[in-house]
Amino acid sequence: MSTMVDPGPEAPEAPPVEAKPPTRLGDLLFSKVSLVSGLIVILFLAGVGTFLLIQGLPALDASGEATYGEPDIWKFVGMLLYGTIYASLIAIVIVTPLAVGLALVISHYAPKALAKPVGYLVDLLAAVPSVVFGLWGLEVLAPKLLPAYKWLNEHFSWIPLFDGSVNSRSLLTASIVLALMALPIVTALLREIFAQTPRAHEEAALALGATRWEMIRLAVFPYARSGMVAAILLGLGRALGETMAVAMVLSATGTGYLTLSIISAENPNTIAAFIANNYANASGDKINTMIFAGLALFLLTFVVNFAGRWIATRGQNKG
Amino acid sequence: MAKSIDVKDLDIYYGDFLAVQGVNVHIKARSVTAFIGPSGCGKSTVLRSLNRMHEVIPGARVEGKVVVDGQSLYGAGVDPVAVRRQIGMVFQRPNPFPTMSIYENVLAGNRLNARKLKKPEADTIVEKSLRGANLWNEVKDRLAKPGMGLSGGQQQRLCIARAIAVEPEVLLMDEPCSALDPISTAAVEDLIHELKSDYTIVIVTHNMQQAARVSDDTGFFNLKAVGEPGHLVEFNPTTKVFSNPDESATEAYISGRFG
Amino acid sequence: MTHTEIAAPQEMAIRAGQLPRAATLLTVVFAVAIGGVAGMLLGSGFAVMVLLAWLVFLVSLTAWSTAVEGRRKATDRLVNALVWSTFAVAMMPLLSLLYTVIVKGGPVLTPSFLQSDMTGFASLGQGGGIYHAIMGTIMVTAIAAIIAIPVGLFTAIYLVEYSAGSRLAKVITFLVDVMTGIPSIVAGLFALSLFIVLTGDPLPRLGLGGGVALSLLMIPTVVRSVEEMLKLVPDDLREASYALGVPKWRTIVKVVLPTAVAGIVTGITLAIARVAGETAPLLLICGTFPEANWNPFSGAVQTLPVYIYSSLNGTTDAKYGDIWTDRVWGAALVLIIIVMALNLIARIIGNIFAPKTGR
Repeated sequence: MSTMVDPGPEAPEAPPVEAKPPTRLGDLLFSKVSLVSGLIVILFLAGVGTFLLIQGLPALDASGEATYGEPDIWKFVGMLLYGTIYASLIAIVIVTPLAVGLALVISHYAPKALAKPVGYLVDLLAAVPSVVFGLWGLEVLAPKLLPAYKWLNEHFSWIPLFDGSVNSRSLLTASIVLALMALPIVTALLREIFAQTPRAHEEAALALGATRWEMIRLAVFPYARSGMVAAILLGLGRALGETMAVAMVLSATGTGYLTLSIISAENPNTIAAFIANNYANASGDKINTMIFAGLALFLLTFVVNFAGRWIATRGQNKG
Repeated sequence: MAKSIDVKDLDIYYGDFLAVQGVNVHIKARSVTAFIGPSGCGKSTVLRSLNRMHEVIPGARVEGKVVVDGQSLYGAGVDPVAVRRQIGMVFQRPNPFPTMSIYENVLAGNRLNARKLKKPEADTIVEKSLRGANLWNEVKDRLAKPGMGLSGGQQQRLCIARAIAVEPEVLLMDEPCSALDPISTAAVEDLIHELKSDYTIVIVTHNMQQAARVSDDTGFFNLKAVGEPGHLVEFNPTTKVFSNPDESATEAYISGRFG
Repeated sequence: MTHTEIAAPQEMAIRAGQLPRAATLLTVVFAVAIGGVAGMLLGSGFAVMVLLAWLVFLVSLTAWSTAVEGRRKATDRLVNALVWSTFAVAMMPLLSLLYTVIVKGGPVLTPSFLQSDMTGFASLGQGGGIYHAIMGTIMVTAIAAIIAIPVGLFTAIYLVEYSAGSRLAKVITFLVDVMTGIPSIVAGLFALSLFIVLTGDPLPRLGLGGGVALSLLMIPTVVRSVEEMLKLVPDDLREASYALGVPKWRTIVKVVLPTAVAGIVTGITLAIARVAGETAPLLLICGTFPEANWNPFSGAVQTLPVYIYSSLNGTTDAKYGDIWTDRVWGAALVLIIIVMALNLIARIIGNIFAPKTGR
């Protein structure tokens, strides 16, 4: 309807002019209701920005008690950002090979009759509520991982990653749970992309005498490259904002420690987990501090998700 | 190089569905054999069974024998991947790998086998194959450019170059010109004529003039009836098929009275 | 593949060495045996044995295949094994999780557990139940659905049927994308700041806030899935209806929506399932409460996920022992049952009605 050439900047932003002939009441009502719904979405998001700013910005002057012992708000947010990004990056390192393999099982390796059930099982993983993942990670996974951590610490403590006093509720445990939660979404995105590989390219590779894996390397991966990057970024976005897994599994107090170790008791903390664990005894200035941290998390996930979508659409345009 | 192919009592199934029944054909070495017939009569399926590409389709299987110079393609211990290396294939739509340069596209098959291909050796293969595909003069100055940048006809000849770069015994072509304009089609047909001296070529085509122009022998496939499997109606030298076919069904099809 | 060079000109190199059909199985047996024995000798646990067996399997299968079939086939077999391993790795936590929740939560699920609340029970003591939390989850999720479904549905209708690629539509599409990526805790913070400003209460706790937070997470899912479904409705159908002189809104109501109804209901049910298990935002805005609170406009509302989180926080500091975590597992089982049931319903609806819309 708005296919007409835009006359210029004075053109109203409102949707194109309705046709002059008498509009039925029903039509008018229906189109207005849909338009208003669209506007509510805009309003909603504007509200998120506005109210977070209103309540978050006062924290700019916060210090001392209100920043949980950090000298100022930037140090406070910086510490938490470090933990957030670090935990998510470890999760993505774990998730990437798993998701690529799992997506290949569904798109190329599983026989046709099996591919669908396998897909369902992966979706089932996505249906598990995050709080149950956290519960399982704390009660079942963490104790199981402890011996492995002890072993790593004994033999590889010269690597900063495995230094420190061993604890089962470490950053690595939290990242593994994060990885499990990001796995279904990354797998779902990847399997779509892999399945879109043109059959012609796959057959070209096979007709040259490629094995299945050579066909995937020759035809599937090159075609899917930008989509794979996008899927991984979107998975990262999911891991950054995930709260409960970290809040329940990770043993961290306050803003945590600035450490590289991923198996120790002294861990960095993530923004989401910090908020979840500290909201109960927060009041006054501390609320502002937490909302400010939330704002930072919002911006971070926005940038990562935006980059992911941008790469995805750019890849699509290239064909 | 170049082998003859004997097909004996070939039945092809998709799951329980019998798609093609009872094909017997002798394809001569260093000749062009064309398969013609209406859509859905199984000629492409038969072509694919000659290098076991039909196995890519889930549920497809073959009964009967395909023998290439005394070696059965479906015997025990035969590796379909190795079969496809010896019997190359060109598809309906040109399908160069989109992320590879012209140079790399030609070498794609060779790279699978030799992990390290020395530069001069690779250059030789590329030039020989592109010359063999009548494409060298058109692309020699832009070998590093993506293969997708070529015209449709050039892309198809690039795919032929890629297929002959691994020096196969037989070249199968599945409607290689159906996505091309007349000028590109003429270029590919000329190429088929030249390749005949080195390769055994089997081509599936919808275009009867093309079959008449390029092939030495022609096989006419048709459905026995609606819902019945496809079968080979007639197999004869092309001149005979187009002037004086044995079967009235062939004549009806060629003269355009059906199909 | 050294045959290629040696092969006589008469013979094609189409015969390659092949491992027997049972090769994989044999290697598995071999690897399990080696892994088991080595594990016992080392005195290590079950997990280490499995890991050892897996490594032995990969190495020996690859080595055997290299010897018989050549490098390329061996790589193919190795990758095949690795790819299927990822499936096993992904399924282990799922099975472990479901198993633990069922085994630990099953015995807790008694009628009294489902029918009583926590009034008069300390979070560290025995007894009590989750009636109030189930009701709270239902209420808050229902509020979210009441807000999100109409807004999401009509936004999708606007995007597909009315906007036709206008600038406003592009803005909305972009914002829906942004919304999809909002971390759940940020949605909670938004509701918190909104109601701090609206009520003037520095620490507002109310069910409506939870509903608002969840609807923020639900809207993008609803818009996306409805949009997808509406786009699948062929334009021919719309035109056929216009050609009969049916006005646009009636075309949407009578032709477009019914055609896409299965997909829409499936998408909405999945969106509800997703937010029903959401914890973080409710932690901030709904808080905890020992009994059912049916008033969404004031007072804390207990929900299942928050119940799990907060009772766990109160009990797992080791000194109280395992017994008090029973209720947590029971609540987790109920939550999983609710979420899985919603998922199952969505799939069933999708499967039953799909043939009508699909081809």
